[in-house]
Amino acid sequence: MIEAFKRWSESLKLSTNQPHTPPVQGADSSHEFIPDRKFSHTQSQAPLEVRDLNLSIGEQPILKNVNLQIPRNKITCIIGPSGCGKSTLLKTFNRMTDSIEQVKINGSVLLGGEDVIHSRGADLIELRRRIGLVPQRPCPLPMSIFDNIAYGCRIHGIRGKWKHEQVVEHYLHEVGLWEEVKDRLRDPATSLSIGQQQRLCLARSLAVEPEFILADEATSALDPISSKIVEDLFVKLKQHYSIIMVTHTLRQALRIADYVVFIYMGEVIEAGDAAQVFHNPQNELTRNYLSGVFS
Amino acid sequence: MKIKYIEEFAIKILMALSLLTVLGFVVGIIYTIFHRGWSCISWEMVSSLPGGGFYIGKEGGFLNAIVGSLYIVIASTFLGLLVSIPVVFYLNIFLKSHSKFAYIARMAYDVLFGIPSIVYGAFAFTLMIWLGLRTSLLGGILVTTLLIIPILIRSMDEVAKNFPRDLLEASYSLGATRLETLGVMLRQIAPGIATATLLSVGRAIGDAAGVMFTAGFSDSIPTSLSQPAATLPLSIFFQLSAPQAEVQDRAYAAALVLTIIVLVISLAGRFILHKFSKNKI
Amino acid sequence: MNRSRIFKEKVAGNLMLLITTAALLLVVAMSIGLYVKSAPIFEEHSLWDLLSASEWKPFKNQFGFFPFIMGTLWVTAIALLLALPVSLLTAVFLTEYANSGIRRWVYPALDILAALPSVIYGVWGTLLIVPWISEWLAPFFVEYSAGYTVLAGGIVLNVMILPLLVSLFVEIFSTVPQELRDASRALGATHWQTTKQVVFRRSLPGILAAVVLAVSRALGETIAVLMVCGNLPQVPHSLFDACYPIPALIANNYGEMLSLPLYESALMFAALMLFIVVLLFNLLSRIILYRLKNR
Repeated sequence: MIEAFKRWSESLKLSTNQPHTPPVQGADSSHEFIPDRKFSHTQSQAPLEVRDLNLSIGEQPILKNVNLQIPRNKITCIIGPSGCGKSTLLKTFNRMTDSIEQVKINGSVLLGGEDVIHSRGADLIELRRRIGLVPQRPCPLPMSIFDNIAYGCRIHGIRGKWKHEQVVEHYLHEVGLWEEVKDRLRDPATSLSIGQQQRLCLARSLAVEPEFILADEATSALDPISSKIVEDLFVKLKQHYSIIMVTHTLRQALRIADYVVFIYMGEVIEAGDAAQVFHNPQNELTRNYLSGVFS
Repeated sequence: MKIKYIEEFAIKILMALSLLTVLGFVVGIIYTIFHRGWSCISWEMVSSLPGGGFYIGKEGGFLNAIVGSLYIVIASTFLGLLVSIPVVFYLNIFLKSHSKFAYIARMAYDVLFGIPSIVYGAFAFTLMIWLGLRTSLLGGILVTTLLIIPILIRSMDEVAKNFPRDLLEASYSLGATRLETLGVMLRQIAPGIATATLLSVGRAIGDAAGVMFTAGFSDSIPTSLSQPAATLPLSIFFQLSAPQAEVQDRAYAAALVLTIIVLVISLAGRFILHKFSKNKI
Repeated sequence: MNRSRIFKEKVAGNLMLLITTAALLLVVAMSIGLYVKSAPIFEEHSLWDLLSASEWKPFKNQFGFFPFIMGTLWVTAIALLLALPVSLLTAVFLTEYANSGIRRWVYPALDILAALPSVIYGVWGTLLIVPWISEWLAPFFVEYSAGYTVLAGGIVLNVMILPLLVSLFVEIFSTVPQELRDASRALGATHWQTTKQVVFRRSLPGILAAVVLAVSRALGETIAVLMVCGNLPQVPHSLFDACYPIPALIANNYGEMLSLPLYESALMFAALMLFIVVLLFNLLSRIILYRLKNR
């Protein structure tokens, strides 16, 4: 049993060590990943910090006393059995919790000194710009491919057709979609395949230049090939963005995670570097989870 | 033991009969209107004004009513959309889904929907007297607007309720405010808006009791908002009560025109709903 | 930039709240307006006199609403008696028996029935129903009838409320969970037994609400009924008597009433009666239907 687990994690270690080797299918590998700096940037390198976060819906506590520091320019994977509060935790990072009925939140989520939980109005929408979201199922806005990416610019008051064209091309390159869609930018975004839609959604969040990208099981609705493309994109993007993803598949976490957070019943059981959590878990629960005693 | 099978058989026959009754009514009404109207209608009727009053005049047509109805329908639909789109947006995006206020508001629109147009007409007429207004195109437009707002809101709300939360979150997570999500919602529920509009146009063009006291009646085409205007249903109603057969014929022809308009609108609504409900996310 | 966006959002939000509330207030405004206008008649006549007296001679200061109330009730009752079995059976057929091919043809037909303006129903009534009654049906029972009768009004009104009833019933029946039907069928019940014992029993409050809603629609119907029911202010004693429902009374006399102040107020009282009854019926049935939907 333990032997099998060791072999398994050995095999995965291999791929964690060399994430860049396989050329990404469809992605423009010659292109340099650089955000184009339309927005004023805080040069802060401070981690996303969660302090004493408690969240309950009605009488039911969902998150209990969560304390975390999520590092910059790394891929952080939040793992845990289903219903443990992973997605809810992710939702608090950009305050999508607002739409949940009867939700009560205490504590704080700090991004460079600003508290996501207590910000309102203009501060909140600025924070949401700085924390992007790639949804579980791709959901292109009901407009053309071009407008989907330009949408963020438009709402944030960046105008001019020329500017928009630049931004659209740049970010479609970044997600490796440009060659596939450059002749049909005016087609409705729903005409793309599911995998392409998900990359479009990623490009759409990148176009407002976030610092963090939240991904809630962003590959679970995709076929294996598209899933691999998106995964590789995340690995490349971590040079400029910090990525937080919730994932159900341990294998995926093992492949790409730099930092791992294990949650169980609303509590953070263990958090640390991927190598340490996966290969030398400190907690009994984590060990059981990793070896598949429960899932 | 056998009885339940006999019962089943009998009920099937009864169901077939009642379905035939319903379909028979549809076919019967449309056949009657077409049969009677077809023998009376002529191009002259559709394209000219009544000659010398509808009680004595034997010549002319009912162009006044067609144009009057169009004026009222177009203006009131426009005004109605102007009011109801913000309401639907507010109910679905700004308010939480279990909000008490939204519940009461929806209830109120349902109740308003059920209020007979004659009551709207009577209420609007007293209001107009109080304000010192005469029967006019403007009065007709306003009361028709009031009449169709609940229809617009109710049927758009039905569609907007199913607005995917993912889309909202996608928009919010880019840093959009709720107001800026309006464009996204309008695009998403566009087919719903189209069917709601057609539904309300159908209701607006067919309503007689509401405009009876407010728009009045006139033999000419109104040139300003303060002049009275004729409408198709009222023109049918008045001409049918005239003693001369020629005038009554005009009523049947007008009924045919009105029926065709309503049929086209209703079938178009079905078509839109059918066509667009497929490729929604 | 962001401040002004938030400002816009606030202003727009309040504006929309205002519009939404205004529509709410319309109900209140209508009841107040109608009451104020009908108040003068209460100074000379008591409510009971108005409702129970049979003499309608406005120029002699006699305002008896009894014939009109009875006329309305007769016409509505006939319409409901005719429409209820037909609509129930049709709805059962559509939800429990029919396949989607048949539904595709029946729904547009119901749509047309619902969309036809009431004046068209009136024309149809005068062209078909009225002659049918006077030439064919009435001779079996009475010596002479012009055809403009309670029965004609009832038949026309029955067709008008049919589509409303069918669509409400279909909606209500489809809220019954399929599992319940399956459970009943699995015990060996026939299709109809299942419908009777499970579907009907479970949707009884909904059926009641639909009937109340249809009645309130029937009460307010004006032009179609006005065109076929004779309009004589008398209490009808048989199906072949003419009658004079309340909406017809308002519609026919509104133009000339301005000469007599009390006459106007009497008609306003008629409108107020209609308003209150319809309002209460609507509230009642909507509350039931809402409960049903959220169950």
